Amino acid sequence: MNTLQNFSKGLIRENPVLVLVLGTCPTLATSTSVTNALGMGVAATVVLICSNIVISALRKVIPDKVRIPCYIVLIAGFVTMVQMLVKAFAPALDASLGIYLPLIVVNCIILGRAEMFANKNKVLDSAVDAVGMGAGFTLALVMMATIREVFGNGSFMGVPIPVLSENKISIMTMAPGGFFVFGCLIALVNKFASNKPKKEEFGCAGCPSAAVCGKLSCDGKEAAVSD
Amino acid sequence: MTKLIIILLSAVFINNYVLSRFLGICPFLGVSKKLDSATGMSLAVIFVMLMATAATWPIQTYLLTPNNLGYLQTIVFILVIAALVQLVEIVLKRYMPSLHKSLGVYLPLITTNCAVLGVTILNIDEGYTFLEAMVNSLGSGLGFFLAMVMFSGVRSTIEGCDVPKSFRGLPITLVAAAITSLSFLGFGGVVENLFA
Repeated sequence: MNTLQNFSKGLIRENPVLVLVLGTCPTLATSTSVTNALGMGVAATVVLICSNIVISALRKVIPDKVRIPCYIVLIAGFVTMVQMLVKAFAPALDASLGIYLPLIVVNCIILGRAEMFANKNKVLDSAVDAVGMGAGFTLALVMMATIREVFGNGSFMGVPIPVLSENKISIMTMAPGGFFVFGCLIALVNKFASNKPKKEEFGCAGCPSAAVCGKLSCDGKEAAVSD
Repeated sequence: MTKLIIILLSAVFINNYVLSRFLGICPFLGVSKKLDSATGMSLAVIFVMLMATAATWPIQTYLLTPNNLGYLQTIVFILVIAALVQLVEIVLKRYMPSLHKSLGVYLPLITTNCAVLGVTILNIDEGYTFLEAMVNSLGSGLGFFLAMVMFSGVRSTIEGCDVPKSFRGLPITLVAAAITSLSFLGFGGVVENLFA
């Protein structure tokens, strides 16, 4: 796999949100406006790049048995840094993301990439993978947020749109709208995705609780769903 | 007392963790296929939420805040929760094998559950006292339980439906979740006016 393929697989073919169905919580929660979605996407991408690079560099040092706790500590460290940076330079974003900023720690995309990619590959490849996956996450978030903000709030990045701003469908920015738009987007991807990756390549394998979860829910056709 | 009841009821119905805050979507979509596994998972979540709050609230109040270590919150909380879940599992296995048998499989799943980390951080952010924090955790857990049980009923109905091909599996589950969450919107404003 060359570098370009490694980068682009995260965008569409293995899009972490729409195809791998990882990171559903922040996707649903922060896609109420495009600005929030961009902020969340960038914050998670920065954490993902840092953690992938460090985990890949330390892949021969970290003992296999305690690797998950090690990854969690590393990721939590980077999340704290990002949290402090956002608090210092973008306090408005910090206020609107609220609890979801520290919750990047338990975002399965980050732990999943560490487990599936970074601990098996070289530093540069892991960094490229992280950039691709982060971009894919941001892309999916912004897509969802665009739909929800344009119809629910009649604006795009805070700028009102002439006709729609007088005819808001405010349910779109509320919780039910989030579930609905997400469901429809995944259905759309199912409809048009021709070469979906095989099930073994993603999902359960990347989740630290796969052994347990597999017994409960991944036995059917359904893809693994994780936070 | 009134404040405690308001906290409890709003955590269960209005700020429902799954359906209006979007925390813990993973088990909500993954484990809600069958009623018994949904019940087991929710009981484990209630249990761990209470334990985690009982452990993290004193740590934050008596250790981190007085020493200006507030920035360590995320890292300390996730480690405490992970260690706690392991500990609970060991203790249950040794002393309550029957309970371990029914809840045990769900425990490791909960370590990386954002609902548990979320409730501990929110308790601090909201400035609750210890008692209020515990009540809020109980309410959040019960809200999770309610959402899981309701949704597993909805899902068993979907199973028998003829769904368009591209909507099969996850998409139709999400659309059903949207409608379930719509029903919770009806509770908005009820609790605040209950004691007015």
